[in-house]
Amino acid sequence: MTRASPFPVGAHYGLRDWLSQRITAIVMLVYTALLLGILLWHGGLDHATWKGLFASNAFRIATFVFMVALLWHAWVGMRNILMDYAKPMSVRLTLQVVVICVLVAYGGWTVQVLWGGP
Amino acid sequence: MAAAERPVVRPRPVYLNLIAIRQPLPAIVSILHRITGALLFAVGIPLLLWFVQRSLASPDAFDAAMRPLTSPFGKLVLLGLVWGYVYHLLAGLRHLALDLHAGIQLAPARSSAAVLLVVSVLLLIVIAVRLW
Repeated sequence: MTRASPFPVGAHYGLRDWLSQRITAIVMLVYTALLLGILLWHGGLDHATWKGLFASNAFRIATFVFMVALLWHAWVGMRNILMDYAKPMSVRLTLQVVVICVLVAYGGWTVQVLWGGP
Repeated sequence: MAAAERPVVRPRPVYLNLIAIRQPLPAIVSILHRITGALLFAVGIPLLLWFVQRSLASPDAFDAAMRPLTSPFGKLVLLGLVWGYVYHLLAGLRHLALDLHAGIQLAPARSSAAVLLVVSVLLLIVIAVRLW
């Protein structure tokens, strides 16, 4: 069923967002299983193990990929929520900008944690 | 021509009393998926980054970062976030199954929603017992 809309719709990002939501979810699932496996292998968490883990470049890169997937996933999800509940365009746009700024800040913080030195 | 005098567009009944509406199980699963997702975005990610940053700084900072997890409030926050993550993950797996047209009919969709809710309540208890 199609329905005429008073506003132009259809920027064709729906399928791309739908797919990226799922692909990023699977990336995070793999990383979560990996981290859980490593922690179970070490039988818990102490500072030396934790520090050693993050000293490995491969683990830092994997963590970075996880965080990019997480931030991307969060954007699609938060945008979907705002499209459903924040109806006035001004409110929605403002909140979307806030979400984007927060996500960029999280991204910067992630880089600082992973490569910012001690 | 009495029919022509009737208004063409009549207001549709709107009944959105959220307390009085009885939501079907898949709707409860769906709204919890959104609530946990928004909470993980707003609270989970910054706390995770804060914890990793502090815990890597030094052995003392590691202990200091772990200390809030021993207080009742800290445990409650951790319980909420860990459970939120697990719930969001499991609801996501159900979603992926539905995307593959597995269990998409009404009856299996209802029963998988019921199973998910029961399992997540059990997990909540298991995580709480592990923390306390």
